[in-house]
Amino acid sequence: MTLAEVRDLLDAELIVGQERLELEVHTAFGADLMSDVLAFARSGCLLITGLANLQAVRTAYALDIAAIVICRGKALTDTFVETARELCIPILWTPLIMFETCGRLYRAGITGCVREIGIQEKTGVGY
Amino acid sequence: MSDTDYMRHLQGRYEVHGRDFVDAGLVSSQIKKGLKSQGIHEDIIRRIAVIAFEAEVNIISYATHGVISYYLLPDSIIFEAIDEGQGIEDIELALQEGYSTADDSIREMGFGAGMGLANIKKSSDIFEITSELGKGTRVKSTIMLNGK
Repeated sequence: MTLAEVRDLLDAELIVGQERLELEVHTAFGADLMSDVLAFARSGCLLITGLANLQAVRTAYALDIAAIVICRGKALTDTFVETARELCIPILWTPLIMFETCGRLYRAGITGCVREIGIQEKTGVGY
Repeated sequence: MSDTDYMRHLQGRYEVHGRDFVDAGLVSSQIKKGLKSQGIHEDIIRRIAVIAFEAEVNIISYATHGVISYYLLPDSIIFEAIDEGQGIEDIELALQEGYSTADDSIREMGFGAGMGLANIKKSSDIFEITSELGKGTRVKSTIMLNGK
């Protein structure tokens, strides 16, 4: 699914990344806790979060995450948008709650970037 | 080769200040940019970026001041975080996933889940940690390049 399709599916606005509308995504990770994102998310996934701060952008950058979906209509600061632009992280913004956001994406074929947290994740295989 | 020989290969050195929550992750981003310009493999860079991020959050959360350095050797990258702060009473416990002494200011930032040290260890090929209560903590991670 392209970012343009994700945008339409989530009634979202693309705040950063107009030039990346054709970027393909297949997996996602949803969390407000960046500790868990850093520990378990995978490169190339969508990050769905209600945490609209600089740490979310920098976490996405650290992990080569494809794009961030800010859910629950959280307000975005200028610094947040500027940092995302500087680090080339596309930002989608939706008023939908996280459950609804994840549900629509899953129904459309997006799967979790990891299905569960088990031995594989704890031993670090998969980087 | 003496065990401090790697210090000749210093690539970057960053000061990190305790309670400076807004800047958390900044050093990680800067190190990542630096390594990208060196043409290091993206999988290796991602691991270093994660290690740096977790180490930064730890210094900001638990220390008064710290220094993060990284060294680019022919066959590996060495990452080091040395701080002055409260130190860790029980390292084995601190390494357990989910164990955390974080306060609300850390959690509001999206951290403090008790994954940090475990994630640094998981992302490293060689992980060393020493800590002295009331003085500070030193974390050293080695990532082998393995031809990447």
